[in-house]
Amino acid sequence: MSIAKPNPHDSAVAHVSGVARYVDDIPLAGAVHLAFGLSTVAHARLAAVNLDAVRASDGVIDVLLAADLPGANDVSPSVHDEPMLAVNTVHFVGQPIFLVIAKSHRAARLAAQLGQIEYDVRPAVLSIDQALAADSKFEEPLQFLNGTPEAALAGAERQVQGVMEIGGQEHFYLEGQAAAALPNEGDVLVHASTQHPTEIQHKVAEALGLPMHSVRVETRRMGGGFGGKESQGNALAVACGVVAMRLNRPAKMRYDRDDDMIITGKRHDFRIKYQAGFDRTGRLQSVIFEQFARCGWAQDLSLPVADRAMLHADNAYHLPNVRITSHRLKTNTVSNTAFRGFGGPQGILGIERVMDHIAHDLGLDPLKVRRANFYGAGRDVTPYHMVVEDNVIPEIVDALERTSDYVARRAEIAKFNAQSPILKRGIALTPVKFGIAFTLTHLNQAGALVHVYSDGSIHLNHGGTEMGQGLFTKVAQVAAEVFGVGFGAVKITATDTGKVPNTSATAASSGTDLNGMACKVACEVIRARLIDFACDTWGVLPDQVRFKDGQVHLGDTSMPFAKLVNAAYLARVQLSATGFYKTPKIEWDRMAGKGRPFLYFSYGAAVSEVIIDTLSGENRILRTDILHDVGRSLNPALDLGQIEGAYVQGAGWLTTEELIWDDDGKLWTHAPSTYKIPTCSDRPKIFNVNLWARGENREDTIYKSKAVGEPPFNLGISVFMALSDAVASCGEAYPDLDAPATSERVLRSVDMEKGITW
Amino acid sequence: MGQIRFLLNGDMVVLDDPNPTDTLLDWLRDQGLTGTKEGCNEGDCGACTVSVGALCGGRISHRALNACIVFLPYLHGKSVRTIEGVSARDGRLHPVQAAMVEHHGSQCGFCTPGFVMSLYCAHLEGAQGFDDVLAGNLCRCTGYAPIMRAAEAATKQPQPDWVGDENADLQAMAAGDDITLEGAFLPASLDSFAQWYVENPDATIIAGATDLGLWVTKLMRDLLPSVFLHRLTELQQIEITPKGLRIGAGVTLTQLRDVITDHYADFGEMLRRYAAVQVRNSATIGGNIANGSPIGDSPPALIALGAMLTLRRGDERREILLEDFYISYGKQDRSAGEFIESLFIPAQPDVLACYKISKRFDQDISALNGCFNVTVKDGRVTAARIAFGGMSAMPQRATAVENALVNQPWNAATITMACTAFAQDYTPIADVRGTAAYRLRSAQNLLRRYFHESTNPLSQTRTVGRGAS
Repeated sequence: MSIAKPNPHDSAVAHVSGVARYVDDIPLAGAVHLAFGLSTVAHARLAAVNLDAVRASDGVIDVLLAADLPGANDVSPSVHDEPMLAVNTVHFVGQPIFLVIAKSHRAARLAAQLGQIEYDVRPAVLSIDQALAADSKFEEPLQFLNGTPEAALAGAERQVQGVMEIGGQEHFYLEGQAAAALPNEGDVLVHASTQHPTEIQHKVAEALGLPMHSVRVETRRMGGGFGGKESQGNALAVACGVVAMRLNRPAKMRYDRDDDMIITGKRHDFRIKYQAGFDRTGRLQSVIFEQFARCGWAQDLSLPVADRAMLHADNAYHLPNVRITSHRLKTNTVSNTAFRGFGGPQGILGIERVMDHIAHDLGLDPLKVRRANFYGAGRDVTPYHMVVEDNVIPEIVDALERTSDYVARRAEIAKFNAQSPILKRGIALTPVKFGIAFTLTHLNQAGALVHVYSDGSIHLNHGGTEMGQGLFTKVAQVAAEVFGVGFGAVKITATDTGKVPNTSATAASSGTDLNGMACKVACEVIRARLIDFACDTWGVLPDQVRFKDGQVHLGDTSMPFAKLVNAAYLARVQLSATGFYKTPKIEWDRMAGKGRPFLYFSYGAAVSEVIIDTLSGENRILRTDILHDVGRSLNPALDLGQIEGAYVQGAGWLTTEELIWDDDGKLWTHAPSTYKIPTCSDRPKIFNVNLWARGENREDTIYKSKAVGEPPFNLGISVFMALSDAVASCGEAYPDLDAPATSERVLRSVDMEKGITW
Repeated sequence: MGQIRFLLNGDMVVLDDPNPTDTLLDWLRDQGLTGTKEGCNEGDCGACTVSVGALCGGRISHRALNACIVFLPYLHGKSVRTIEGVSARDGRLHPVQAAMVEHHGSQCGFCTPGFVMSLYCAHLEGAQGFDDVLAGNLCRCTGYAPIMRAAEAATKQPQPDWVGDENADLQAMAAGDDITLEGAFLPASLDSFAQWYVENPDATIIAGATDLGLWVTKLMRDLLPSVFLHRLTELQQIEITPKGLRIGAGVTLTQLRDVITDHYADFGEMLRRYAAVQVRNSATIGGNIANGSPIGDSPPALIALGAMLTLRRGDERREILLEDFYISYGKQDRSAGEFIESLFIPAQPDVLACYKISKRFDQDISALNGCFNVTVKDGRVTAARIAFGGMSAMPQRATAVENALVNQPWNAATITMACTAFAQDYTPIADVRGTAAYRLRSAQNLLRRYFHESTNPLSQTRTVGRGAS
């Protein structure tokens, strides 16, 4: 068995030895280096662009403006509204205006600061309020409706309402955006740190006016992606492609960290307004959500992000009468983009806030209210009219409540708080139900290419990209499983648009579901040929041929896999195959808000206990218990790694990670000195993470596993709710925390509880 | 023409007239040693961590440093080890590497070389307490838990047989004369520096470069001419006498923390949270003071302790109270050619409390930083020295608050009165680290905390570090 084993990451030894190669590590003799000159204002017409000082700067070879580009000036992944270099107008602080080509990275960066730009400044729409006032939006508000929410709200025994501001999040992949391009006889090879090589290929081809077959994109690995390399690397790759072809020299580009944080999109910040009506047990009778997404200046992936926020406004709860309205606001800020969860976390945070608020209103344990609202028999239709067929949240929550000792600890915390004047604790259990599939149905396809060489070694390629999640390892385990060989027999190779074409981004947690299946199909094609060959040659029946432990068993005899393969080769059996997979069952009408956008749901739950300091608002996580459903795990070690990492990332989003813009639209938090992702001491002191042993995907996914990339990110919400619980212990009012719950916000809420405002 | 030399993964490197502000990271990567990564280029993420060995009292201390803000001249006479020089030449993994593999400590792998190097140094030095060892290494994938498991596992393993002793090589390089590079001076003695600086008062003094490094990597400046102080062992001494502590300006924050904790426990605790290991290993106390930043972590503590500075110009010296050194934002009482030679902390009972409030506990810059040194006799305040960072344009005493305390009974009513005095002392600004209102409110609360702690166990008020339950 190769699956279900905790194999280390296929590159682990290379990682710890420093030999794992990332784009900027690729030696490129004679390469030129690129940097963008950026807009310093949020909205303006370019009155005059004087680049004399840029050109005169040491080491500069050339400087390009939009007019110098040979083909399409567009790096948008969606609606062609994102020029790589600004044309006439700039739309946010940090928009690239010109491209410096220089002999070194530093020379390019230095020169890029020397542009003299005269701006004819226009009014800028920066905030959600300004966008609403200006009616600045990408499309009309979308709506999901089920039942009669207004009437049910009016008729409910009790109501709560509120508004919550939810901050965005910087990806802070440790490897910044990077690309390189090498010209070759009129074609170009691009190395890119991207989750979406096919899109890079597409955009570079358009920019050069070449057919896609003239552009090959290779991606061995990324130093982290998290959604931030789904579309945000397009500009660098296109710039490199254009310059490489223009100068007939290799070109390389990477953003300095500050540039990276200023230029590239982030998780969408949201405002969520809610009104909820419920009975005395806390069960919802109606909920009305209004979601406002600050999308930034270009559309990028904002529409599907905002869609997914709506699709997760229910989380694990049945909303009997519901209206969810979503506003997609256009602002003169960086174009927000994909980030692990893709809008889902904001939607989930909205309903978890409602649960928390209801519990506070009724004076109940929030877990009771959550339970009262879980999907269940006869209560299984989502706001988008999909039936939830695989609900396991009650079982997971029951188990976690027990193993985390939730009830006793909650009582103990109440006791602690009663006698602790300054430090207060809080605890919360939050569930997650996360829909798996791209909501844009056609993206749910994948391809693989498998070669078996005559010595029995296996070359594996597929359309997914490796960003640290262990996709390559899992897919290789699938190949090893089908052929019954050791993991080491499989060579995992860089994602390459020349090997598997027309791929989707590695996104939506779907990497293993899609590419694992495609790989399995390809391997099974080859295995079927080998079985046919064995039956013909040795007179056995197909069901007598088994591949196991590096051996092929033929009835009573066996031979090494390599021997069978070599014999098949000599008999002229084709030992290479492609595999293709498309996700079944899904169909979705986003305008109507109806259909089955997801094949299945991933579930999990977390209990977080926090402590807050009521004199400063400082806070930390004391203990976390997680139980998460990954179906039948393909690799428990990698799955645990995804869950632990996602949880901490989710907790960071809601606590210390604060993006701050000034009134002119300049991002103040553009470096790790000012933007604070969790450090090692921020992880929970006690951190118990378990895979749900009974997990199994009811759908026919790769070995019954479930997607794991995004769902556990939402477990970080338990930290936010635990903070709310701790603050609530300081007074009578509902804490009303906005996210992120920085020390300052926590202190302000604590003081509000005490009737002190500042 | 000048020359610097250092060991790189055991081999001697000689550089003729390197550009003095070229960074070690850029240089390594230009040599093809691309295992050391650039994550932020400002010393905040640790992806570029390398081990730098230097002679220290006859033995080599191995310190993790951020290669992105280490300038090449700083390496003269030292030993650099990068991720490429950690495993055996035949490929056997070092125990920290093996543990990282076994415990699934890498996901995307980009931060991994930095983590390995931090753990490599800790393993050599026998350091534990991995929350602190690794506070300067950011990972965005794992959530740190598997890395901590690896760290704990590796610490039990012996040094591998291929880790050699470079003592003799470093001894051989230790002595030497002043070095003059194009644009930079590397004095070998304090007198030599003092004289040179009188003649070159516009030169940039570079000690740990943890702030000046960013002037090069982010502000794109060249800092030339510059003078590097790291060879001046005279500046790196700490003298402990019955009268107090005399601390050389070139003492690193790591060295200071090791000593100060025994004298002023809370100062030590604050230094635990001063940036992170890599920064503390090169940043100097003189740099932290001279920099004049309103949010430097040491000055408020030192002001609260009544520290005196010794300033030197040529052969002339003068002493001033640290609080008088700061005149206004970016302006200090330091004449052309004058430099900080040492500081003196008078001996006193340890009633000092240091509180650092930042958005994140570790590796963060203070939003505010309050240090309290209040003497109470027979229930009455007899003396008070209170100083804050982050509350005004420079580190500054809270004179009005002190006045509201002195000669008053040490009780809740006095504290309440004194809290109102904060607004007289400070008009803080809003920035990325906090609003003005938050700063003022939490500064007042720090006094309340100090009062509470004077009669209650620290476990009632502290969530991290010293005294936390």
